[in-house]
Amino acid sequence: MNTKDKIWRAFIRKPMALVGLGMLLVVILMAVIGPFFAPYDPNQRVDVQPSDILAPPDAQHWLGRDDAGKDVLSLLIYGARVSLIVGFVSAFFSMLIGTVVGLAAGYFGGRVNNILMRITDFLMVIPDLPLMLVIVSVWGRGLWKIIFVIVLLHWTYTARLVRSQVISIKERQYVMRARSMGASDVRIITKHILPQVLPLIFAQAVLDISSSIIAESTLSFLGLGDPTLISWGMMLNFAFERAISRMAWWFLLPPGIAIVWVSLSIILIGNALEELLNPRLKTHHLFDPRRMIAIQAPVESAHSESEATG
Amino acid sequence: MTKPILEVKDLYKYFPVAHSMMDKILRRPHLEVKALDGVSFSVGKAEIVALVGESGSGKTTLSLNILGLQSPTRGEAFFNDLPLGKWAVGKLDQKDRRRIGVKSRRSQTLAFRRRAQMIFQDPYESLNPRQSIWEIMAEPLEIHFPGIREDVKERKVRSALEDCGLTPAEHFWDRYPDELSGGQRQRVVIASALVLEPDLLLADEPVSMLDVSIRADILTLLRTIRDVRGVTILYTTHDLATAGYFTDRMIVMYLGRIVEEGPTIEVLTSPKHPYTQALVSVAPAPNPRKRKQRVILKGELPNAVQIPSGCRFHPRCPIAQERCKQEDPSLTDAGPNRRVACLFAEGIKRNE
Amino acid sequence: MNSLEVKNLSVEYLNEKGDHLIAVENLSFSIPQGKSLGLVGESGCGKTTVMLSLMRLLPEAGRITSGQVFLNGLDLMRISEKEIQKIRWKEIAMVFQGAMNALNPVRTVESQIVEALMVHEILSSKADATKRAGELLELVGIPSKRGKQYPFQFSGGMRQRAVIAMALSCSPKVLIADEPTTALDVMVQAQITDLLQRLQKEMNLSLVLVTHDLGVVAEICDDVLVMYGGVMAEHADSDSLFNRASHPYTQRLLQAFPDIANPGSKLASIPGVPPRLNALPPGCRFEPRCDLRIAGLCEKIQPPVIQISEGHSASCHLLARGDQHD
Repeated sequence: MNTKDKIWRAFIRKPMALVGLGMLLVVILMAVIGPFFAPYDPNQRVDVQPSDILAPPDAQHWLGRDDAGKDVLSLLIYGARVSLIVGFVSAFFSMLIGTVVGLAAGYFGGRVNNILMRITDFLMVIPDLPLMLVIVSVWGRGLWKIIFVIVLLHWTYTARLVRSQVISIKERQYVMRARSMGASDVRIITKHILPQVLPLIFAQAVLDISSSIIAESTLSFLGLGDPTLISWGMMLNFAFERAISRMAWWFLLPPGIAIVWVSLSIILIGNALEELLNPRLKTHHLFDPRRMIAIQAPVESAHSESEATG
Repeated sequence: MTKPILEVKDLYKYFPVAHSMMDKILRRPHLEVKALDGVSFSVGKAEIVALVGESGSGKTTLSLNILGLQSPTRGEAFFNDLPLGKWAVGKLDQKDRRRIGVKSRRSQTLAFRRRAQMIFQDPYESLNPRQSIWEIMAEPLEIHFPGIREDVKERKVRSALEDCGLTPAEHFWDRYPDELSGGQRQRVVIASALVLEPDLLLADEPVSMLDVSIRADILTLLRTIRDVRGVTILYTTHDLATAGYFTDRMIVMYLGRIVEEGPTIEVLTSPKHPYTQALVSVAPAPNPRKRKQRVILKGELPNAVQIPSGCRFHPRCPIAQERCKQEDPSLTDAGPNRRVACLFAEGIKRNE
Repeated sequence: MNSLEVKNLSVEYLNEKGDHLIAVENLSFSIPQGKSLGLVGESGCGKTTVMLSLMRLLPEAGRITSGQVFLNGLDLMRISEKEIQKIRWKEIAMVFQGAMNALNPVRTVESQIVEALMVHEILSSKADATKRAGELLELVGIPSKRGKQYPFQFSGGMRQRAVIAMALSCSPKVLIADEPTTALDVMVQAQITDLLQRLQKEMNLSLVLVTHDLGVVAEICDDVLVMYGGVMAEHADSDSLFNRASHPYTQRLLQAFPDIANPGSKLASIPGVPPRLNALPPGCRFEPRCDLRIAGLCEKIQPPVIQISEGHSASCHLLARGDQHD
């Protein structure tokens, strides 16, 4: 589709977007193939000497060792997986639920809208972190439980965004035309409304990834993560408890920096996308397209001789 | 005269105005926007009728009701002799259902929509920017004839596009709306309505957003569609001059009522209602020597919530008398095929 | 004394690729004080560009490459930005297209006029400015007490009048109106054109009416300049233009205009589309759509400006050869 190409091309031109993309790719690579290149396997039991505990960086351990004597660099690499999995999966589901809810509320209005919006408001009003803590401490730990909890609270933002877009798109003349032609609700939603909303959702989802990663790190940091899995949040958790007193910055800093790194990369990408895709940020509606005809860049002309003479 | 294809009988459409808590406490009366306040007329097969009025006259509401996109508060419309309101939402009674051979609600609605299509005003807004011209053209066919054969689809799409002057069709299929000019877009809109071979076309200000230099083509196209395919056309506009160019009959509306009706050329050359006379006098004409004779009415169309007493036009009427404040004129015969709603229009037989 | 005189104005735009797109080429016209000029053409013909150039309000990508614009003898192209800011609104004011929809929705209409008066230092006390605002509203036919209302409480026609009042607040000598009647009902259009005509006489204003609507021009303009593809096609007083049009484009444009006095009469369209700025033909800009073109000449060489009579000129090769055509 030529719109996708156009967007991609405009995206590539923004330096911020490229930086963000590059940063994200580094992390993705780290998560996917990192483990093959990691110097050590943190899941293996290691025999450690007391002197290995929280050992500072040296030639064999570039980032030193943690409180159990494991290589921090390897931990960091393995930890990337969990963070990214949680981030992407949560964002995917919250985008899915948010879109469905937003579409239904916006398109059907009336009672459907009222019910859905009250639920949305309810979830939005409750403070995120305390709710997450309560659920996890009652329900128990586990990666999927964490994902569930994050999705539960994040879908609301997408839902609101989608709903307001749908309401404005619903009134547009081509939707009315489709309706007067006999198009069913399903058709109108999938063919006429959804394509207009999708770019916005996508931009929002990207930002969602970032907040999900941070949410997971926070939960793990607070000790509610899955203890069997290595994640950056877990690293921070242990580091706070044990490394600070020993001034072992090499254990504390890397996971923190890694989280910031990923969030930053995603925010850069998300912002660039939003600038390109959010219709409200565009000003082209202020200009009459007819007046710009003569000024536009050349396009494969459909005019020439084939402009009919009635 | 053969049975009219469209018959509107005493159509009323009132929209309730929001009644706030304060209004309830103070016991204020429930207000209504009287968009249509008693409209009756009929349209014969293959006629081109102009529905003329300014914004607030009710012409858009009338179009939406005729298309079944709104349902009237009171009154009925008949399309092909079937109750339009019920037909559009799929609530015909058994006898009628059998007449057109459909059963379910959805198939009733589809049967109606296939026969009555609308052309919208803004060619920049009425096409989905993400659909190619092919998809736009094929969509109505897919909706009404699911499972239609590809070659049949192609044939119908091509014929509709080319009848609307977009030749060769292949040149346009793969394009997207923003690659086309305003005039071409409007042709696509018309073609997509034609592809279903409808009986009735409602054209809502189809050329008002196009440059003057291309309007004639589109209007001629509409007339050709009527000449060749026998489609009935209802042309809504506030521009009398374009109506004069290609329509057979003209209906002038003011504040939810019809004030004058008759053959277009007659209405334009000898308008009987003072409102029509004013409209004709201010219609821009490409002749500076005509400047002096304009009858410019003061003020604007009053609020449809507070319709003036008596004749609703009396506050702005240049020939209003005392009687006009009390009596509400009805649409009466004023000659062959002519009707006027005015107490003092010429040619009306009234009991003085 | 000509209140506005434009000489050989040329304007271009730079697109993202760095191409120079010529939007206006070598345009000249003048308006005596108290007279009105209609600037007519289809979308994309350059009329809006001309208008913006007069007040040096072109967007960043636009550049005036040559020409002079004299406002009461002062060349606006030569003065500094600071100086022209003093002139804008006070000597020459503009009603933009769609301005009626650009009124600030959260401020009363009166306060917006007051703002214009005080920002341009016409009046320094708020009380005086408010009084003057009321007078201006009355001048355009709006009861002054309605100034305390908000734009959403005004109808389209009233908002357009309010915007005109705002433009006239500093008593300019020249008023430019861009499509002041588009999107208005035909009766309201008549009211606005009537208003403009009356104001023009009462305030001895020079009026530039930019529009694609020939009918409006016929109603109130003394002179008409028809533009096509950025150049002048025909320039004449109103009577000559409508009754003795000489440029093929003007003639076709007149034929495309439905005449209510002759309903049902033949209406023409002009086939084709206006030229794209990045693909301007080397010869006459109208040639591709002209049915009177002379092969070998019109598409190669730009037509010269021919003086047909006093105050009536057109740029067409056919006229140079003395061919008469109806």
